[in-house]
Amino acid sequence: MPVPLALPPAEEEGRQPMHERPRAGAGGVTGPRTLLDKLWSAHEILRSPNGDSLLWVDRHFVHEGSHHAFAKLAARAARVAEPDLTFGVVDHYAPTRPGPVRPEITRMIETLRSNAAAHGLRLFDLTGPDQGIVHVIGPEQGLTLPGLLVMCGDSHTSTHGAFGALAFGIGATEVAHVLATQTIWQRRPAAMRLTVEGTLGPGVTAKDLALAWISRLGAGAARGHAIEYAGSAVRGLSMEGRMTLCNLSIEGGARFGMVAPDETTFAFVDGRASAPRGADWHRAVDAWSSLRSDAGARFEREVSLDAAEIAPTVTWGTSPEQAVPVDALVPDPAVLGPEKADAAAGALAYMGLSAGRPIAGTPVDQVFIGSCTNGRIEDLRAAASVLAGRRARVPGLVSPGSMQVKRQAEEEGLARIFTEAGLDWAGSGCSMCVGMNGDLVAPGQRCASSTNRNFRGRQGPGARTHLMSPAMVAAAAVAGEITDVRPLLARDQGAR
Amino acid sequence: MAGWTRHTGKVALLAQDNLDTDQLLPARFMSTPRSEGYGDRLLYDVRRDESGALLPGFPLNRQPNASILVAGRNFGSGSSREAAVYALVDSGIRVVIAASFGDIFAANAVNNGLLPATVVEGLAPLGAAGSLTVDLQTCEISAGALCVRFTLDEGQRTKLINGWDDIDLTRHHQDEITAFRTARRQSAPWAWPAAG
Repeated sequence: MPVPLALPPAEEEGRQPMHERPRAGAGGVTGPRTLLDKLWSAHEILRSPNGDSLLWVDRHFVHEGSHHAFAKLAARAARVAEPDLTFGVVDHYAPTRPGPVRPEITRMIETLRSNAAAHGLRLFDLTGPDQGIVHVIGPEQGLTLPGLLVMCGDSHTSTHGAFGALAFGIGATEVAHVLATQTIWQRRPAAMRLTVEGTLGPGVTAKDLALAWISRLGAGAARGHAIEYAGSAVRGLSMEGRMTLCNLSIEGGARFGMVAPDETTFAFVDGRASAPRGADWHRAVDAWSSLRSDAGARFEREVSLDAAEIAPTVTWGTSPEQAVPVDALVPDPAVLGPEKADAAAGALAYMGLSAGRPIAGTPVDQVFIGSCTNGRIEDLRAAASVLAGRRARVPGLVSPGSMQVKRQAEEEGLARIFTEAGLDWAGSGCSMCVGMNGDLVAPGQRCASSTNRNFRGRQGPGARTHLMSPAMVAAAAVAGEITDVRPLLARDQGAR
Repeated sequence: MAGWTRHTGKVALLAQDNLDTDQLLPARFMSTPRSEGYGDRLLYDVRRDESGALLPGFPLNRQPNASILVAGRNFGSGSSREAAVYALVDSGIRVVIAASFGDIFAANAVNNGLLPATVVEGLAPLGAAGSLTVDLQTCEISAGALCVRFTLDEGQRTKLINGWDDIDLTRHHQDEITAFRTARRQSAPWAWPAAG
C-alpha cells in the first residue's frame, strides 16, 4: 500500500523549509503555561510550517489489533526503531474462560507473538503472570509514568494521562509510523480545563463524573481538545478513579485527558517494576513536580461542575451522551430538541425503552464488570462491597483488568464474593466490552455494564448496553434491574 | 497512497449524528487481513437484516455506486480502528462530508486518501444533490449553481493532495530525531524503563 514518495522540492510554491525549531513553550506560549504546553514542548522535536509537531514517543504499546501496522512495516522491510520502548500486550482477543478457542482468535494472538519475537519486543503474553488490558498493565508495571508520551492503537489510551502523561490513541497507519520512527506527527490540540470542585457523594464515582459531563456537553463536545481534569474532586480521586476519568475522555470527543501528577501519583508509581529507582527516582519526582498548569495559564475552554450535584449515572441510549441520573426518567425525545430527537427516538427503539418512565426498574438480563475503564482492583472492591452476602438475580461475568488484579482480588476474597453471588469469575482481557474474544451479549439482551461504550452492537449484534459504575452494576445484578446503589450502601452502613 | 485534487461522484445521505466506528465496521470483522478487502463489511449491521441480506431502503443500498457520503455530527467517533476507514475506502467512498468528525477517524481517513470534509452550514442541500464535485485546491463542494466551502486541517489537506507517506517524510528528519533522543536520554534518564 504505502508507496515511498520523494519529498516535494523545497522551492515549490515558495515553500518554507519543512520545519522550524520549536520556540520556548509549545505553540509559542510565553508566560504561564498549561500542563499540555509543558508536556508538548518536552516532546516536540520540530514543527512543520503547517503547524504539525513531530513528537518523540516514550512508550508504545501494541496489541493483537496492531497486525495492520506490522503488515505495513513488513511491506517496506522496516524494523521497529526502539524495541526497548515498545511493548506487546495480548488483551483484545484474550480468551477469558476455559474451553475451545476459535481459530481466528488463535491466529490473531499468534500473529502478535511472531511480530513481537521478530522485532525483539517484550510481550505480556496470555500465559504470563502480568498479562492484562494494556491500559491497566502499563500503569501497573510502572511503564506509564508522569511526563511521558504514551501511544497505543486504541482510543482509550487517554487513560494514561491520569499520570500527567501525554497519551492518545492512534490508527494503524500512525502505529506503523511510531514503530518505524518512534515519533508521531500531531497538531497540538486546544487546551480545555474541566474543573470539579467539592466532594462526590457516597456511591458516586469517577465513572458517574465522566458520564455526567459527557451527558451535559455531548459526545462530540471536546473534539480537538485535550482535557485537563482539575479541582478538589479530581484531586480527591485515587489513581484508579483518575484513570477511569481520563479513559472516558474520548467518549466526550477528546483524544487526550490528563491530571497533573501529585503525591497520590508518586505513591502509586513508587516501587513498580519498571519505574525509576534510586537517584533516577528522585530526579524524576523533581521533574514531575513541575508538571502542573501555572497560575494564570490560558485554556481555550473552561468548564466546571459541582461534585455534589452528581448522582450515580446510567446510559439509556446508544451514545455515552445519552445518560441520566439513576433517579431520573428516560427522556422524551421531543424535549431534547430537534437536533437530538431523531437519534434519541432511534436509540429508544433499539434499546427497547419507553420515554417518560423511570430508568430505575428497567430489568436487566445480565451484567458485566471489567474493561480498561473499570477493571481495576478498586472497581472490583466497589462491586464486591455491594455483592457481599447477596445473590445476583441475573447471570454475569467479572473479568479483572489484569492477572495481577485477578490475583489480588483472589487474595482479598473478592473473587469468592463474586462467585458466591453467582457471577462468573473469568480471566483478564477486553472481554465483553468489545466482544472480540467471543464474550458477547446476545441480540436483544440487556446488559448492565461497567464498560465505556453503549454503541449499537458494541457488545454483540443487537446487544443493549447500559453503562454505569461497577457498584451500580453490582446493584443491578442484585436487583435484577437498574437500581440506585445508594440505598443498598446505606443499608450496609446501618448494619455495621 | 496516491494524491488527488478533485473528485466528482454520486452522493449517499446518512443523516445521523455520532455514527461511530463500531457501526462503520463491527469489531468481529477486524481480524480480516487488509488484502481480503473490507468493502462488504461497511455498516454491516446497519445496512443488512439478521440474515445478512441488504435492506433495500438503506441509503447506501439504494445508491451502491456512491463515492461521497453526507453525514451528521461527530462522524467516526469512538474506536480508533482504521478498519472503519478501510471499509469506506474499499467500498469506493472517497469523501465524507459531515458537520464534524471524530479526531482519530479524521487522521485515519487522511492516511488512506479519504477526505473528511467539514461543512457546518448548508449540509442539507449537499445531501439532496445526486452528485457532487469536491475540490481540494479551493476547498469547495459544488453541484451546478450550488457551491459550499468545506474546512480541513491544512496539514491534512496538503497530505491528501500530495499523497505523502509520513514515514518517508519523517526519515528526512532522522538527524533531529537522533539528537532529540540523545538529549532526552541525558535530561530525563527516568523516561527509559528500569531494567526488570
